[in-house]
Amino acid sequence: MSAPGVAVVYRWELRKLRSQKRTYLGLGAAAVVPVLFVTALVVQGGRSGPRDVAFGRYLHDTGLAVPLVLLLFGSIWMFPLITALVAGDIVAAEDHNGTLKTILTRSVERERIFAGKTLAAFSYAIAAIAITGVVALAAGIAASGLHPIISLSGTRVSSGRGLVLVGASLLVYLMPILAVACIGLLLSTVTRNSAAAVVGTLMVSLLLQLVGILPGLGALRPYLLSTQFDAWQGFLRTPIDWVPIVRAAWVCALYAVPALIAAGLVFLRRDVAGG
Amino acid sequence: MVTAAPLEVRGLVKRYGDLTAVDGVDLTVNSGDVFGYLGPNGAGKTTSLRMMLGLIRPTAGEVRLFGRDPQLGAAALEGVAGFVEAPRFYPYLTGRKNLELLAALDGDGAAGRIDEVLDVVELRDRAGDRVGGYSHGMGQRLGIAAALLRRPRLLLLDEPATGLDPAGMRDMRLLIRRLAGQGMTVLLSSHLLAEVEEVCNRVAIIRRGRVVYEGSLADLRRAAGVAYRLRTTDDERAARVCAVQPGIDEVGRGDDGTLSFRAETERAVGELSLALSEAGALVLELAPRMATLEDLFFELTEDHAATAVPA
Repeated sequence: MSAPGVAVVYRWELRKLRSQKRTYLGLGAAAVVPVLFVTALVVQGGRSGPRDVAFGRYLHDTGLAVPLVLLLFGSIWMFPLITALVAGDIVAAEDHNGTLKTILTRSVERERIFAGKTLAAFSYAIAAIAITGVVALAAGIAASGLHPIISLSGTRVSSGRGLVLVGASLLVYLMPILAVACIGLLLSTVTRNSAAAVVGTLMVSLLLQLVGILPGLGALRPYLLSTQFDAWQGFLRTPIDWVPIVRAAWVCALYAVPALIAAGLVFLRRDVAGG
Repeated sequence: MVTAAPLEVRGLVKRYGDLTAVDGVDLTVNSGDVFGYLGPNGAGKTTSLRMMLGLIRPTAGEVRLFGRDPQLGAAALEGVAGFVEAPRFYPYLTGRKNLELLAALDGDGAAGRIDEVLDVVELRDRAGDRVGGYSHGMGQRLGIAAALLRRPRLLLLDEPATGLDPAGMRDMRLLIRRLAGQGMTVLLSSHLLAEVEEVCNRVAIIRRGRVVYEGSLADLRRAAGVAYRLRTTDDERAARVCAVQPGIDEVGRGDDGTLSFRAETERAVGELSLALSEAGALVLELAPRMATLEDLFFELTEDHAATAVPA
C-alpha cells in the first residue's frame, strides 16, 4: 500500500481554501485595490496621484506605472497582510477546529501534510500578487494606455520591454512575500491561534520597516526583509542593476528557510492535544 | 506464526509540568476483544488514547499497534482508526466532502467505500449537508464512518456514546457489537460502566492515570461478590452469629438499619440461616443483593478506594 503523497494533500488544501470565505477576502482585495486606485486617478484626472514615489508621475502616461506604484504601496501592509491571512491561518485554523487530529490519524505522514500546507500558502500568496499585477496592468492600460515608461535611470523603455520588466518585477517581489509566508507558517504552527499568527506576521513585517527608518541603524537596512520589497526596482534601471535582486534572493532565504525549518520541526514534533 | 496484539501499552506516562495525566498505564487488547477503557472524567483516558494514536508523545513508556510504534509516523496506523474526544470535521465542507478528503489521505481505495460507510452509520441522506449544521449525534456517526473508511482491524473510540440520546446510545451499542461481530477489535473509552457493560468482554478501569483493574468483565463481576440483606427477630444476636460464622464477612448495617453481609458461597448462607435459628434469631428476611458493576466501579474510582481488586 503506497501512502498518499504531497500532491494529494496540496490539492485538498486548495479545495479547503476555495471553500472558505477568508480566501476571497484577500484575493478580492488583491483585485479590487488596483481597480479603485485607477478609478481614483481617472476621477481626479489631470496630474493627480502620488508624484513623490517612483513612477508616480507616469501614472497618467502609461498603464505600466500602475502595477509598479501598487507594488510600492502594497509592501507596507497590504501584501504582507494578504499573505499572512492564509499562511498564518493554515495550521492554526486546524488547531481551532480540532481537525488536526482528524487528518493526522490517517495514512499521510506529518511532513507531507506540512509540505502540502506550505505549498498551498505559497500558492495563495503567488495568486494574490498575480491577480494584483494583472488587474493593475489591465486597469492601468485601460485608463492610461500602453505606452513607453521612463526608467529610474531616466531612459525610455519601450512598452513591450516594459511589460517584460513588470513581469520580472512581480516575480522578484514574490521572494520577500514568500519569506513573509514562511514567518506566517511558523507563527501559525507555534501560536496555534489564527488571529495571533496573522497579526503577529503583520507586526513582524511592520517592525522590520520601523527598524529600517530608525536613525543609526542604516547599516542594517540592506539586510531587512522589508527592504527586499524594493529589489525589483533594479529591473527598471538601465542597465539592469542586479545587485539588489541578488541580495534579495539570499536575504529572503535567510528569513524564509530558518522560519520554515522551525515551523516544520515544531509541526512534526508537537503534541496534538486540542479539539 | 506469532502475531503482535492489536494494542499493547507498557508503562505509559504523560506529564504536563507537575501534572501527571497518565501514570504508568499497562494494558493489552487482544484480537477480537471489545475492550472497555473505563474511568471518571479526567482520569487520563483521552490522553492515553491520544498517545495510542500517535497524536502526542509519551513522557515514558510505549504503545504498540500490531507491534508498531505510532510515534514513528502514520505508517504505524495501518489497520487502525478511531477518534479522540468528539470527532472533528471541516464545518464548511459537506459530510461527504469531509469523507472524500479523509479518503484521499488514506489512499488504498478508501474513496470507493464512502457510500458504504455512510450507509453503515445511516447518514447518507444528510451527507450533502455542511458538517457545521450537524447535530452532535450526527458528528459522532460521521466520526465512526470516517474511521470505517480505513477498514480498520483495530478501532479506537473515545466516549462514542457521550452526548447521545438514549436511542442514539442504543444504536451506537448495536453498531459496535455488529462491527465486533465482523471481527474488528474495538477499544472504547467511557466514564459510564453501564455503557460498555453490554458490549465489552474485557475492561480496564483507570483512576488518576493508573489502571486499577484490568481483566474480564466476568472476573470483575465475581470480584464484586454478592451482598445479602438480613432481618431477624433479634438483629443484635444475629449480628454476633454472623461475625463468627465461617464464609460470612463484611457484616454491617445498611442505611435502614438492617444487617448486611457478604458470603463466599451460597452454601455459607444456608448454614448461616441454620445457625441463626439455633441461636434463636428467627429469619424474617434474607435476600441476595447483587452489587452492581456500577458500585464496584465507583469503589475503584473514587478516592477512598484502597487497593486494586486482584485480577
